[in-house]
Amino acid sequence: MTSGTAIDVRGLTKRFGDFIAVDTVSFNIPRGEVFGLLGPNGAGKSTTIRMLCGILLPSAGSGTVAGHDILDEPEAVRSRIGYMSQRFSLYLDLTIGENLEFYGGIYSLNRAQLQERKRWALEMAGLQAREQQLTEDLPAGLRQRLALGCALLHQPEVVFLDEPTAGADPMSRRQFWDVIYRLRAEGATTLVSTHYMDEAERCDRLGFIFAGQLVAIDRPDDLKRAQRAGVIVEVACDRPAAAVETLERTDGIRQARLHGAGIHVSPAVADGAVNAVLAILERHGFSVERAETVEPSLDDIFVSFIQESEERPEAATP
Amino acid sequence: MSLGRVYAISEKEARYILRDPRSLAVTTLLPLVLLVLFGYAINFDVREISLAVFDPDSTPVSRDLVQALTRTEYFRLVRMLPDVNDAEHALASGQAKAVVVIPTGFGADLAAGRTVSVQSLINGSDSLTASIALGYLEGMLQDWSLRYMKTQLPRDSVQIPITPKVRIWFNEDLSSVLFITPGLIVVILIMLAALLTSQTIVRERERGTMEGLIVSPITAREILLGKLLPYVVIALADVVLVAAAGRLLFDVPLRGNPIILLALLLIYLLSALGLGLLISSIARSQQVAYLMALIGTLLPTILLTGFIFPVSSMPDALRAAVQLHPATHFMIIARSMSLKGASFGVVLPRALALLSITIGVIALTVSRFRKTL
Repeated sequence: MTSGTAIDVRGLTKRFGDFIAVDTVSFNIPRGEVFGLLGPNGAGKSTTIRMLCGILLPSAGSGTVAGHDILDEPEAVRSRIGYMSQRFSLYLDLTIGENLEFYGGIYSLNRAQLQERKRWALEMAGLQAREQQLTEDLPAGLRQRLALGCALLHQPEVVFLDEPTAGADPMSRRQFWDVIYRLRAEGATTLVSTHYMDEAERCDRLGFIFAGQLVAIDRPDDLKRAQRAGVIVEVACDRPAAAVETLERTDGIRQARLHGAGIHVSPAVADGAVNAVLAILERHGFSVERAETVEPSLDDIFVSFIQESEERPEAATP
Repeated sequence: MSLGRVYAISEKEARYILRDPRSLAVTTLLPLVLLVLFGYAINFDVREISLAVFDPDSTPVSRDLVQALTRTEYFRLVRMLPDVNDAEHALASGQAKAVVVIPTGFGADLAAGRTVSVQSLINGSDSLTASIALGYLEGMLQDWSLRYMKTQLPRDSVQIPITPKVRIWFNEDLSSVLFITPGLIVVILIMLAALLTSQTIVRERERGTMEGLIVSPITAREILLGKLLPYVVIALADVVLVAAAGRLLFDVPLRGNPIILLALLLIYLLSALGLGLLISSIARSQQVAYLMALIGTLLPTILLTGFIFPVSSMPDALRAAVQLHPATHFMIIARSMSLKGASFGVVLPRALALLSITIGVIALTVSRFRKTL
């Protein structure tokens, strides 16, 4: 079950009028992988997932999910996928048990399967003995987990999670990822979108999506190792916000931004980067406490990819 | 079509209805309230018409005429006028709706065998009441003169060629309640049924639960059927409720075959429930769907389907258009079967028209509803 392709996307595009939400995106996800889509809000993550689930019709391009074409065999795709979105599809005026029974019903689970999967979902969501409770009365975190339980009730081969942990507390987020790893152990493929960097690092592979375009796709470690981010100089100085502004106006600095209490600077030339940054800051009267090169974080890499794609001429737009 | 998935939708919908006491109350109380309100308010029977009389003759004969007029429940004597010129004021001030002026020498002229004119003045500003009052007055004056001839003149000296013996069938008392109530039930049911289903799809869209249905293997037809079934049960329960209330409160009879009527009723209900689903799949919000269902059913059904105003007196184009309205046909079926006890053969053409409309509405709904946001 863990060989072959789970999701294959070629030139997927979605236009809303003049706005291009997803721009000729192509990628391939093997079975059993946890694949992350990382990008800021409005980058096209949700739109991509919604096209793969059959909620939105692509404007161009094609794709297969679990071996079936999303355009030609949508029904075959639907019985093999699970989907959970930021807007959970729960019926708030039904009880927890009734929501699970409903989803069991529309996925044609038989009585025995339903009982077994219901027990599984209640346990996974930590909702045992609360079956009779109205969904409306659950706190947001538990609702999210119940929604995940409903989406996984029919044991889908491919799972789409669209920012499943948005707004969840760290504890809930960890539990969510435990479930995702359990799914992987059972052979399921997961496509998860997020804008949390720490979550992105947990994926087997990552796709960076920005302004509708897939700007990079690789394993998190390989993305970090790639030299594209160049050298990152971490600086601790006074008035960091003013320092960022000054640095950004200076030639020879690709990028500068606040990072924690300090600044992350990426100079155009790697050699003598620390000294170059120090010189600029001291020239402008900042008192620098510390400056050293550091390993780029996924954050740095993401920002550099975005900058690169912004600097590229508009050749990619059709 | 998977019956299991249809059942899942129906069960979920039924649970939702049962859990929402407000909508349950609306579906049971609203039809009853409407029936009682309209049943008592819409009444065309004219009774107790205020009558003023000017009787300068004041003989036993003239007094007998006045008594004959005011003894019935149709007229109520409000005033004996002292002067004939007061007649105009009595009408204009609204004191009386009709004035009867008996001439001087009324008794004497009659006794001498001369024809006498009795003047009747009627306030015509309310044309409906006026024409009914006119009819009553003419009839009663004629009655009275026949009786006078028979009692006062020697036997066999006059021969009346035709004495009309009119018998009214099906609604012997010409009670407008018996005419209104079956029609009222037709109006209430179409509105209620359309309202019931008008919320069900747009609610899924508004609350975001439609996404969960779209990504699942359930088909659009399974969703529609699953949503229709529980409301058929509710609508039928309402039928029983409203029909029983109509019987208890207004003595509306059911002379036709109840099984056939129920079957035709079901077809009628399906057209209304289908219309509600159609509205629900087009409307952008629950409020819009609610208003569309309410106004879209209530106004045309009350005004155009023969509920009050006969279809036969409408302009040709309108008359053709209202044939597309299911209530136009079911109005006739309901009245014929409740009052006339019409057999199935009699209402068959109407039943076929109704069935075609229902199939049309359902087909349109199925073609319009897609699993999209």
